[in-house]
Amino acid sequence: MITNGTLTGNGTAAKPTFPAKPSVNIIGLTKSDYKGLESTLCNGCGHDSISSQIITACYELGLKPERIVKFSGIGCSSKSPAYFLSRSFGFNALHGRMPSVAQGALMANHTLLGLGVSGDGDTGSIGLGQFMHLIRRNLRMVYIIENNGVYGLTKGQFSATADIGQELKYAGRNEFPPIDLCRAAIIADCGFVARSFAGDPKQVIALLKAAFSHRGTAVIDIISPCVTFNNRDDSTKSYSWGRAHDERVNDFGFVMSQEEIIVDYAEGETKEVELFDGSKIVLKKLDSSHDPTDKQAALRLLTKAHDEQLFVTGLLYINGDRPNLAETYGLVKPLASYQQDKLRPSRESLQKIMAGMF
Amino acid sequence: MIRDYTLESTTDSIPQVGQAAKSAFANRAPIVNDFSITVATKNGSGSQTSNAVLLRALFKMGIPVSGKNIFPSNIQGRPTWYTIRLSKDGYIARRETTEIMIVLNPETALEDHQNTAPGGVFMYADDITLPARRSDLHYYPIPVKELARTYEADPKLRTYVANMVYVGAIAQLLGIDLNEIEAALKFHFKGKTKPVESNMQVVRAAAAWAAEHLVKTDPYHVVRMDKTRGLIMIDGNTAAALGAIYGGVSFVAWYPITPATSLADALNEYLPKLRIDPETGAPTYAVIQAEDELAALGMVLGAGWAGARAMTSTSGPGISLMAEFTGLGYFAEIPAVIWDIQRVGPATGLPTRVSQGDIIAVYWLGHGDTKHPVLLPGSVYECFEFGWRAFDLAERLQTPIFVLSDLDLGMNQWMSRPFDYPEEPMDRGKVLTAEQVNATKGFARYKDVDGDGIGWRTLPATDSPFAAYFTRGSGHNERALLSERPEDWENNMDRLARKFETARKLMPRPVIELTDGAEVGIIGFGSTDPAIQEARAMLAARGIPTSYLRLRALPMNDDVTMFLAGHQRIYVVEMNSDAQLCQLVRLHSPKDATKVRPANHSDGLPLTADWVYQEILYQETRY
Repeated sequence: MITNGTLTGNGTAAKPTFPAKPSVNIIGLTKSDYKGLESTLCNGCGHDSISSQIITACYELGLKPERIVKFSGIGCSSKSPAYFLSRSFGFNALHGRMPSVAQGALMANHTLLGLGVSGDGDTGSIGLGQFMHLIRRNLRMVYIIENNGVYGLTKGQFSATADIGQELKYAGRNEFPPIDLCRAAIIADCGFVARSFAGDPKQVIALLKAAFSHRGTAVIDIISPCVTFNNRDDSTKSYSWGRAHDERVNDFGFVMSQEEIIVDYAEGETKEVELFDGSKIVLKKLDSSHDPTDKQAALRLLTKAHDEQLFVTGLLYINGDRPNLAETYGLVKPLASYQQDKLRPSRESLQKIMAGMF
Repeated sequence: MIRDYTLESTTDSIPQVGQAAKSAFANRAPIVNDFSITVATKNGSGSQTSNAVLLRALFKMGIPVSGKNIFPSNIQGRPTWYTIRLSKDGYIARRETTEIMIVLNPETALEDHQNTAPGGVFMYADDITLPARRSDLHYYPIPVKELARTYEADPKLRTYVANMVYVGAIAQLLGIDLNEIEAALKFHFKGKTKPVESNMQVVRAAAAWAAEHLVKTDPYHVVRMDKTRGLIMIDGNTAAALGAIYGGVSFVAWYPITPATSLADALNEYLPKLRIDPETGAPTYAVIQAEDELAALGMVLGAGWAGARAMTSTSGPGISLMAEFTGLGYFAEIPAVIWDIQRVGPATGLPTRVSQGDIIAVYWLGHGDTKHPVLLPGSVYECFEFGWRAFDLAERLQTPIFVLSDLDLGMNQWMSRPFDYPEEPMDRGKVLTAEQVNATKGFARYKDVDGDGIGWRTLPATDSPFAAYFTRGSGHNERALLSERPEDWENNMDRLARKFETARKLMPRPVIELTDGAEVGIIGFGSTDPAIQEARAMLAARGIPTSYLRLRALPMNDDVTMFLAGHQRIYVVEMNSDAQLCQLVRLHSPKDATKVRPANHSDGLPLTADWVYQEILYQETRY
């Protein structure tokens, strides 16, 4: 008899030794059900930290991995979807073109939850057009930018989010101002724009959880230092810079619609925002008086931070009023679920068209 | 001034114009239902309606016709020509010559004047001044502006309805039934009485004017026949859209480009009428106008990957932009349907003119070792048929399928037998359900389980913890895991090659017409079919019998090999400058390569039978 992997000599079962019962989430899955393959990124890469936060957020939210679809473009960041949620389908698209693939897939099945991971090169340079148009159409998905200001896989060129005046061993001096992808997102009418720092798991998890409940495209730009090519102290995308210059605009707790517990926000002013699926986020204002429902305030805040080479983190702008792409198209059942009976119009209808053809 | 061509004999069936008609026709045999009419206007002037109405009226009179719009890449004010060919024998290719020239555009009047066939008709707006008249033409000046004033409804629309003046005048001159003109107007305006009435008002006024003032001296006549009964008239892009709809297309992403735009327009017109789920009232489709062709194909691949029947339609420049995604679709093995309505390239080229210059580009589109099945519709009927069949092939083969149409086939009106309803059930290809995945120990997306090179796929949302895989354009093994191992790479490419052999068997076979004792074979594809058919009759009359293979798909199969083996000289007729299909045929069967001769031509205009005939005759007599 085989019991727990051991065969006893006399044919009777030894007392089985079960490992400690792993904790499970609301849908009965363990955290390891959300894991992926082992990462091949450099040790200490901010991206791996983000992958861990994705696993934690999905686990804690009790999302079914089979209902999540992962998307990415090309680059270090875009490799990372292999390192989390192995039970979720994934599509590693072309460089900068993840938004179009995600739009097709999530229109074919709009009941799935989209999770995109891109980088600053993938989104800010080659993919800037698709990024803006994705937001404009408001596809429901979480769009993470793992932003390190540098091209890692091709060994250290500047990306479009690199700081002006920054110097790198390979690329020399960067003469051009960075594109602020959060400002770009707001300008394209994104209804959920956040910025965080890979070294701040608590904030990343909270933002991720809220983003999954957003009605349309939710953009989270996460400063994720490149330990190999861009971790000099004078880079705004380095760990040391991040820790020293991270200005939080708010702190918030995410409350699932099925949860009752509300994190204690006794101190300071709080603001509750209801999300698309009925869940709520409670924003706690810290030193800033930033109102994340005020688009102009968000743009002013980001512009000031841009000029001062600071980065402000937190939920910068939120507005769930705009219908998402599937809503705009009036989709009810997933397009991919239709079979011949619904896909092929009747014989009579063709005869009618032919008769009307003159 | 007016040359006195006179009529040798008249029959009762030929209507006469004017009182003096009889005497003027004394010595000339009538030419009935066998000539071309060209209307020269400016684009944006509204002549499209008039031309369509003329074409349909002739079609409804039972006369085989074709209409070709030779238009500029411009919105308003540049020269446009519309040519209608009437052919009692049923030949519908464009002709080199035009007998009836109707000129409303002063800019091109000189050129049009020169280009009118000897003995032809030159009908023109009477405010156009001609430097000198030719002695071999019949002239009919028409007071277009004056007659347009008979249009009372809205003075602002007078320029627009001015086009109806020539419709009325030419109808009277040639004998086109005004009732058929009215019926065509009703069709055109979808039964709205007011525009039909006001346009007919102008048509009748012009016809009455012509009856009173024109003395018919030319020999051209339109007489009712019975050769179009049961046929429909439609453009290839509408046919393609209908085919796609009956093929179950549920996701379309596209970017505007001439001459493919009208395909998406037709989808947008018919989908809301045909594809609403009666249970929910919701559409079973979505059509997205993408930000560019690159995004269009990205969306299509995303949708095809997720299990929807997805397509895009574009033309040459869009094809260029789609190259990278096409390679991804090939390598990641995602069903997609891509219509290429060809125009003239390279570069912007001639955006409103026709060519068959993309055949090599689409066949091998993408970097690295890529190759794609390509459907080659040769008629509007096949645009419909391949419209639905393309999805079955794409899902069966799990790969992008190209459908190569062109501007002439796509945008011009063609006669056709009515389209047949697809009798075969949809082939959704190899897709595993959650139960099947659970039962399959170790699902491997890219494993060749059946020996045909096609793996089994799962779709996102499949409710099994074992269903998911990571789709990628980078090297992968059978289990869809990233792999840079040389043997994994090679095994995968070998399997893709096996899959391509499966495609070779599944694609539509060529249509072959063998002629006993013919040494000469002709290979062609697409919209050149009518020109080739007519040229074959001309060659046969000249003592050169020919066989004909009309290719309907790539890759080529053994039918082509046998056709090559069975003939001494094979001419590959095509509309491009590099003899692209000729090169592909030679590659297909290198042992026959020396027998295969190019007969290619590309000037932006639809190929004519005259050109095909002259080219083959020249090569036959010279070599």
